Amino acid sequence: MSLHPSHDIGIWIAALLTLGIFSFLYRDNPVYKFCEHLFVGVSAGYYVVLTMISSVYPNLFQPMFGSFAKDYHWLLVIPLILGIMLFSRFFPRGDWLSRWPIAFVLGVYPALRITGFGQGDFVEQIHGTILPLWVPGSIGTSIGNILLVVGLVSTLIFFFFSKEHKGALGGTARLGIYFLMVSFGASYGYTVMARVSLLIGRVMFLLDDWLGALRF
Amino acid sequence: MKREIPILITLVAGMFMLIAWFVPHPMVRGAYEGLQNWAIVVVGFTYVLGVANLLRINLRQVSRKERDWPFKIVLLAGLLVTMAIGFSEGNHYTDVDSRFQWIYRTFYSPMTATMFSLLAFFIASAAFRAFRIRSVEALLLAIAAFILMLGRVPLGAAIHPAIPAAADWLMEIPQNAAKRGILIGAALGVMATGIRVILGLEKTYGGGDS
Amino acid sequence: MNLTSLQRLDRRWIFLAVGLLVIVPLLFNFHIAPVQPSNRSRGFYDAIEKMPEGSVVLLSGDYDPGTAAENYPMHLAAARQLMRRNMKIIALALYPAGPPLTDQVLRIAGGEYHKQEGVDYVNLGYKVGNELVMSQMGQSIPNTFPVDNRGVSVKLIPVMKGIQNFQQIRLIVNVSAGYPGTKEWVQQVVSRYHVPMVAGVTAVSAPEYYPYLQAGQLHGLLGGMAGAAEYEVLVGAPALATRGMDAQSLAHVFIAFMIVLGNLAFAGSKKGNGR
Repeated sequence: MSLHPSHDIGIWIAALLTLGIFSFLYRDNPVYKFCEHLFVGVSAGYYVVLTMISSVYPNLFQPMFGSFAKDYHWLLVIPLILGIMLFSRFFPRGDWLSRWPIAFVLGVYPALRITGFGQGDFVEQIHGTILPLWVPGSIGTSIGNILLVVGLVSTLIFFFFSKEHKGALGGTARLGIYFLMVSFGASYGYTVMARVSLLIGRVMFLLDDWLGALRF
Repeated sequence: MKREIPILITLVAGMFMLIAWFVPHPMVRGAYEGLQNWAIVVVGFTYVLGVANLLRINLRQVSRKERDWPFKIVLLAGLLVTMAIGFSEGNHYTDVDSRFQWIYRTFYSPMTATMFSLLAFFIASAAFRAFRIRSVEALLLAIAAFILMLGRVPLGAAIHPAIPAAADWLMEIPQNAAKRGILIGAALGVMATGIRVILGLEKTYGGGDS
Repeated sequence: MNLTSLQRLDRRWIFLAVGLLVIVPLLFNFHIAPVQPSNRSRGFYDAIEKMPEGSVVLLSGDYDPGTAAENYPMHLAAARQLMRRNMKIIALALYPAGPPLTDQVLRIAGGEYHKQEGVDYVNLGYKVGNELVMSQMGQSIPNTFPVDNRGVSVKLIPVMKGIQNFQQIRLIVNVSAGYPGTKEWVQQVVSRYHVPMVAGVTAVSAPEYYPYLQAGQLHGLLGGMAGAAEYEVLVGAPALATRGMDAQSLAHVFIAFMIVLGNLAFAGSKKGNGR
């Protein structure tokens, strides 16, 4: 194994910051705190620059000041005023003004979600569950389809809390719990995979980009 | 009036968005598109508000020399330098050789990735200390987890082809059924909550009178 | 050391073991087993292969460096396949830190396949608003993204000529880390405009998209680094994800072992207390 460390100062800084954050695994320490605070500051700065240049400027300022009279661009004064009203939160007596832009956003997003969840998650998922319970020539598919339908119904019954889970309802709800446990176990397995993958990514950076130690 | 006007704004915006989804008339579609653009702009301003609040809180903590105040100076320095460089470069901030992209590659990207990668260690530690199989349900969860963890990596197929096949079946049938139940239930919840918010029955954003 | 005393094991030994199990296979180039593509990754690959050459494809890289280890290999492999098939790519990102990763992917793949920015692909960059952006794109993509990532008006970009909304998009290729991502694309775009879609997602979120796959709302699904490795093999460019699978295998076995050991230690301590 031979090392070929990078000559890029940026890579060295990135590597030292990476090791600084990893030092938290031993215990909380000033180096980790430094990295953590630097991360928060740089992230916040990055987000505001990006939001202003990529979204607010081309979607508000450019059309408003570039072609005010065209295509109802003069109406953009309204979202500009709403945006400025948000900053009234910094003034105790005027902070009620900030509820107007929040109210506007809270009208738009739920409406979008009602139609999105209704069509994408409700209607289409029920549509996807309307399956043939007997597929001639394929007993495996038939059993799979039956299990899918039974699993869905029992899971939905488990979430029905308006009636006490007793008797047949209770038995079906219990079956729903078993399906849910399998689902949670699968999610746990995938979560383990996700976390380990992210660590592999960082180790690859340290060993390959920084130290040049990997052979492929 | 301080409470009524926001509720009215939510009602009008929300109802228009809901109705316009079904109406293909060009005038309605034009207004629909315009309203969404306005919302994008207002949401953009909320990001700026968040950063302004961060600045305000940390400046106060530094001026009062509260706990960990020297680290707050690091935070403020990172924030202000990044903003200054980003805004000074304007549209060139996306160029590969720009200083703003250098900050992204050298500071933001590695630190974000490393923060997330810490979770791998904690999930291993939690597997040892907290994962307790004390019931039939927990045993089912554990068996499903073991099959998935082995079935999704090449090692599982190398041990026996039945392992990835079992993982596939588990994901496509029982897991699918339960997740679909959760999806449908959540969809009903989101739709109900959305209607309550639009009609002004959920007043969490209204707060008390100030 | 008996099982009961294991309960008092300092977790930093576990951290060290995890670190070594990831470092050693990478450093010494272990090869435990080859990567075998699954039906889901084949679906992803075939959805792109089946499209006519020159089709307009929307490539949405909705992730940031936090999940780049899983999403970046998928994103790069997708860009390679799309460019090999001479597709016109309209790329965007709905995460603020996404555009530079999209830029990098397009630059690398574009260089390999001699594609020109503006003519064969465009990076529209980031837009704040999450699912609102998707909904507004359904009305007008140029009005949602009046300029590209470099600030150039989309009216001047050849690949954007004639692109008004989703009716001109033949396929959506979404690489997603969570919210906003695959779920929102399915809800706001696939369900409404019936545009075919394939998704590469982080392993954490993969299980919740299986219902979409089974219902036909997704034509292919890549889950996590394993999914990315399978796709890299199909595209014929094994890279970052494929390299990491051996370390992934060992880490998984270790964590499964930790669950068993933890329960044995717990059972041992209960027995000891019972005496």
